[in-house]
Amino acid sequence: MLCFLLILVGVLHRPIGALVTDPRLQTWLTVFVSVMVQAVPFLVFGVVLSAVIAVFVPRAFWARALPRHPALAVPVAGVAGVVLPGCECGSVPIAGSLIRRGVTPAAALAFLLAAPAINPIVLTATAVAFPRNPEMVAARGGASLLVALLMGWLWLRLGRTDWIRLPHRAHLDGLPRMTAFWTACRHDIIHAGGFLVVGAMAAATINVAVPQQLLHELAARPVLSVLALAALAVLLSICSEADAFVAASLSQFSLTARLAFLVVGPMVDLKLVSMQAGIFGRRFAVRFAPATFALAVLVAAALGTVIW
Amino acid sequence: MVLVFLGGAILVASVTDLYLRYVKQGLRPFLIAAGALLVITAVMALVQELRALNRPEGGPDDDGHGHGQSGPVVGWLLLLPALALVFVVPPALGADTASRAGSALTDDRDVAYPPLPPGDPAELTLLDYGYRAVYDHGRTLQDRRIQLTGFIAPGSDGERMLARIMLSCCAADGVPVKIGLRGNVPRMPADTWVQATGRWIPHTAKDPVNDADVPYFQVEDWQQIPAPAEPYE
Repeated sequence: MLCFLLILVGVLHRPIGALVTDPRLQTWLTVFVSVMVQAVPFLVFGVVLSAVIAVFVPRAFWARALPRHPALAVPVAGVAGVVLPGCECGSVPIAGSLIRRGVTPAAALAFLLAAPAINPIVLTATAVAFPRNPEMVAARGGASLLVALLMGWLWLRLGRTDWIRLPHRAHLDGLPRMTAFWTACRHDIIHAGGFLVVGAMAAATINVAVPQQLLHELAARPVLSVLALAALAVLLSICSEADAFVAASLSQFSLTARLAFLVVGPMVDLKLVSMQAGIFGRRFAVRFAPATFALAVLVAAALGTVIW
Repeated sequence: MVLVFLGGAILVASVTDLYLRYVKQGLRPFLIAAGALLVITAVMALVQELRALNRPEGGPDDDGHGHGQSGPVVGWLLLLPALALVFVVPPALGADTASRAGSALTDDRDVAYPPLPPGDPAELTLLDYGYRAVYDHGRTLQDRRIQLTGFIAPGSDGERMLARIMLSCCAADGVPVKIGLRGNVPRMPADTWVQATGRWIPHTAKDPVNDADVPYFQVEDWQQIPAPAEPYE
């Protein structure tokens, strides 16, 4: 079937290339492909790490590494996000793998939200992008960690385990280790990667379709501008290592609005929600993403008002 | 199989200079590693499936759920970027982006501007020229011949501008830098790459998209060049 498809595409090669001459469509394709090319190394890295967790780290390790009480495990897991130098595409499969290995979901979710926002690479990029506002680094790190922990604790109070439905995966326990490792890798890449494609297509569409003049007019209104940039962060789905530079270039907006952009982006965006729906299930994603968005906007707006 | 194709496409793009159209140069080693890992994963999966075939009593993967070996339908979507990368080969961002997005020159950088690099003409990036022209009021640009490289982009009222896209991570965050042209303006279609030599003139305008500053450049001489391997600044 695949061979047939490839032959078909090979034969139609020229006509397809000729179809894509509209500049807008070309820009869409370029953005789509580049979001994918950018995300694939992080996705593969995250998937390999999550397969290592699934196969080589014994269940007992997590019981020892994390405090027994879930409410205490949340901050430990959140702060542990510092050690994962990557962007958000990698952390979704890792969080899924942690839950499979018996880590309490609240702690795994705190890790999921914190890791892409507070790791050293992202904070350094933020410092480089805002040379005249070094407080932005602290504000971003603090607000992101706070949102991650609050979401973890919120999950402890309100969350229901049956919302999370991890995709069925062949049972790894009986397999030889290397077989299990490669099976886990392939499974996670296919799942998370497929949904990443959906998210990348959505992000490319927004990138091409949203008129920038509209943004310029929104920037003048204080409350609306915070909401507008938070929504833009969701729609654009920029990698968390790069979003600080984009935020810096949106200089007609207030610093508070740009902080909201930086806090929301790594936690809720189209490709992330799409991947979460793939890894944790749709019932989870429709509840978790809006709650995170609301909390992130509130925390960022409050912190921004206090600082600036 | 899907993974072989995606991994192969990424490997090919990163071994050639094709990947530079989409991401920054620094990502190359990671792209190669990721592409290789994808191919290895696929090969290992194939080996396992062949082994499972040799044991007809049902391999360890078979748990009776009727769950196909190659995963869910959504996994097939991974073919799309690979197909686009191999068969369509989308071009680098160009004039279409430059005409829709606001210019990057919006924020004064409080830095001392060092003297221009030696040479006549002195080669500058569009961003460097822009900062020196707008926020340093051309102090370091006076009395020097300057060479800028970029592509032709249509301005708001049909005039031609010189532009180049800046990336910080991938093409999704590309922001253009726009320079207005005076003098011997190249009458070339949009997306034509040119190398222009000329001088600074004390004139700036506002970008209608985001009110950014657009400095101007007096072109004395220009020539058409092929698109550079690294199309971004």
